[in-house]
Amino acid sequence: MELSYEVKDSYAEIRAAGRLNMVSAPKLRDFVADVVASGSSRIVLNLADTAFMDSSGLGALIGCLKAARQAGGDLRIAAVQPQVKMVLELTSMDRVLTSYASADEAFGDD
Amino acid sequence: MRAFATRLVVVLTIILGVNYVAWRWASSLNWDAWWIAVPLVAAETYSLIDVMLFGMTVWRLKVRTAAPPAVPDASVDVFITTYNEPLDLVMTTALAAQRIRHPHSTWILDDGARPGLRDLAAMHGLGYVTRSEDWKDMPRHAKAGNLNNALMVTEGEFLLILDADQIPEPDILEKTLGYFNNRRVALVQTPQYFSNVPADDPLGSQAPLFYGPIQQGKDGWNAAFFCGSNALLRREALMQLGLVGYVKETERSIRRALAASRSAIRKARKSAGSASPLVAQMLNEVETATQQARRQLDDGDTLGEITYRVRRKVDQAVQTLVQADVSALQADLEEIAAMEFAHVGDSGVPVVTEDAVKRLTARDWSPLGALESTQAVLDALSVERTGEAQPVMPLATISVTEDMATAMRLHSMGWQSAYHHEVLAYGLAPEDIATMLTQRLRWAQGTMQVMLRENPLVQRGLKWGQRLMYFATMWTYLSGFAAVIYFAAPIVYLLLGILPVTSLSGDFFIRFIPFMIVNQLLFAVSGRGIPTWRGQQYSLALFPTWIKACTTAARNVWFGRPLGFAVTPKDRQAGGPSWSLIRPQIIVSALLAISAVVGIARLATGLSEPVGTLVNVAWVVFDLVVMSILVRAVLYKGFEPGAVPEGEAVPGAGPAEERNNIGT
Repeated sequence: MELSYEVKDSYAEIRAAGRLNMVSAPKLRDFVADVVASGSSRIVLNLADTAFMDSSGLGALIGCLKAARQAGGDLRIAAVQPQVKMVLELTSMDRVLTSYASADEAFGDD
Repeated sequence: MRAFATRLVVVLTIILGVNYVAWRWASSLNWDAWWIAVPLVAAETYSLIDVMLFGMTVWRLKVRTAAPPAVPDASVDVFITTYNEPLDLVMTTALAAQRIRHPHSTWILDDGARPGLRDLAAMHGLGYVTRSEDWKDMPRHAKAGNLNNALMVTEGEFLLILDADQIPEPDILEKTLGYFNNRRVALVQTPQYFSNVPADDPLGSQAPLFYGPIQQGKDGWNAAFFCGSNALLRREALMQLGLVGYVKETERSIRRALAASRSAIRKARKSAGSASPLVAQMLNEVETATQQARRQLDDGDTLGEITYRVRRKVDQAVQTLVQADVSALQADLEEIAAMEFAHVGDSGVPVVTEDAVKRLTARDWSPLGALESTQAVLDALSVERTGEAQPVMPLATISVTEDMATAMRLHSMGWQSAYHHEVLAYGLAPEDIATMLTQRLRWAQGTMQVMLRENPLVQRGLKWGQRLMYFATMWTYLSGFAAVIYFAAPIVYLLLGILPVTSLSGDFFIRFIPFMIVNQLLFAVSGRGIPTWRGQQYSLALFPTWIKACTTAARNVWFGRPLGFAVTPKDRQAGGPSWSLIRPQIIVSALLAISAVVGIARLATGLSEPVGTLVNVAWVVFDLVVMSILVRAVLYKGFEPGAVPEGEAVPGAGPAEERNNIGT
């Protein structure tokens, strides 16, 4: 999985490209922890290029949410692809993590 | 009497043949020109073995009397296989099949899935079968696949298989079903005869030697071949074949997968993500499971149990892992909710349901998918034969000519076969050289595939006679290489004056000529006057086709390259004469003609001696006469009805271009 981030006006956008699975989940956790540590706790995770997510990936997503909130910020997800959306809905995690159509809109309300 | 005469000539042929070839090896080789001398004597040895195998075939030539009457309630399915043949051609055959007298069901097996044909079949009350959904994205295996598919949706005790152009006689079943009264008989083959071939048969379509002495001889050794059409098969035998093949194939693939699992796990451990304790634990679980499976396989546990246990163990590991993920996630959510400033949904912390957990452990979403090579190994550890449309494949799929491979497997399981020497179906032969060449190439390729994949000489269950009968057919297809040498030798002498033998003295003629005579006599006696000259011509003249078949089949079997396989079109190809198809033969003929002229010139100027020139010019003339058939083949405009006298049906073209000629 390829990870990159970009600091925008009011948030940091993390792009995750590839499969979010057992192997790549720890990487995402570490990456987000680093971004939070560097001072950005308002994070948008852009999942436009994440076609697949398994239970470990989902765990990482919630773990990252916790990390962001503990730092006083939030983690929001954008551009969710069909399989990832199915996993979120099936596990009711769509009630915890609202998905936004694009990274711009994620923090549009505040 | 005929049998005695045949055996006498066989014995004479072998004695005189061995006498000649042994002398050639022992004291005639011109070692100064070893580069042509050794290939020539090798080619002659090849031909001697060829004629010896033919002799062995006709040694047991079996002339059957009529089959006993069939059991009246024997149930039969008549299968008409089609892919892209014109609908009216298919329907003509299908309606003729419907009129066969013994009670039966007629089925059109349409691999082209043409709606028009479906309608026609329905209109006439014929069965119609196309590939089931299972075949989507799976290897199709051409005609063998088509038949295997139909076997799963029909139920007749016996099957009559007809190509789309083979119009059956109404009494075909009455005359052949009785052979199955013998419970061990699995196959009855009748001749393939073509009604659209003129008397002079310019394309060499009819193979009277094959559907005659050769099949009758193989029958004597209980090795009559299945030739793909005009044949009856016993369903029970085919199903047994399919099941045995399935078990063998499954065990082989499980062994392969277990062997591959070691390196897959090692690779996964080395790769990036393996630092995670979850991944490491998962890999340990898989390793333990596969190690156990290997032990159980060696202990002789059943494949079903072994694979089931591996699956269960791995599934449990996956479930544990997913459950751990979900528990951690749930704990995280509780923590988030505990932070008063945070907002988690409207109705408290959501709980991941059991169903959701179950779904997350399913094959397509499982975390194990992250370890691709490991997942692949585990997928292969199945008894479902996931790479094929159906686990049980009764007709062999190892070759583009499914018939020969299937018959060989039937014979090796102890089943018997019968060859019924009477034309009971009338087919259509190719009417242009391009189609004819494609067809011959396909038969030759198929035969070579079988030889390379399942060499008959080492097949357990086959008797030695049967092994040699299969081997004989394969051996004939190596003739292309010998032909090249037979063309090269006179050219070398006439152009360069180099003789592959030490001298063309009386020693040579006294051994060679008697052998040649008994050799031809053997064909005359065993065939009792059936025309074999056309077959002899094509066996030599199509040398590029035979060589191409050998090389492409070898590349296919050993290196997995495609054969470049094409279905034989039943309607004539358009366009003018296609000389380019026989370019190698034109070049060789030109070289032969030039060398004859040069040879005569050399004789006139005293550079060559008369006997050598005479022999080699005669040889060249023979070669050119042989090759001249190709000119007629290229110019052949197709069949004009009325050109063949009624009622002169002689059995015709075979799956194998069986021919035996030696020494040119």
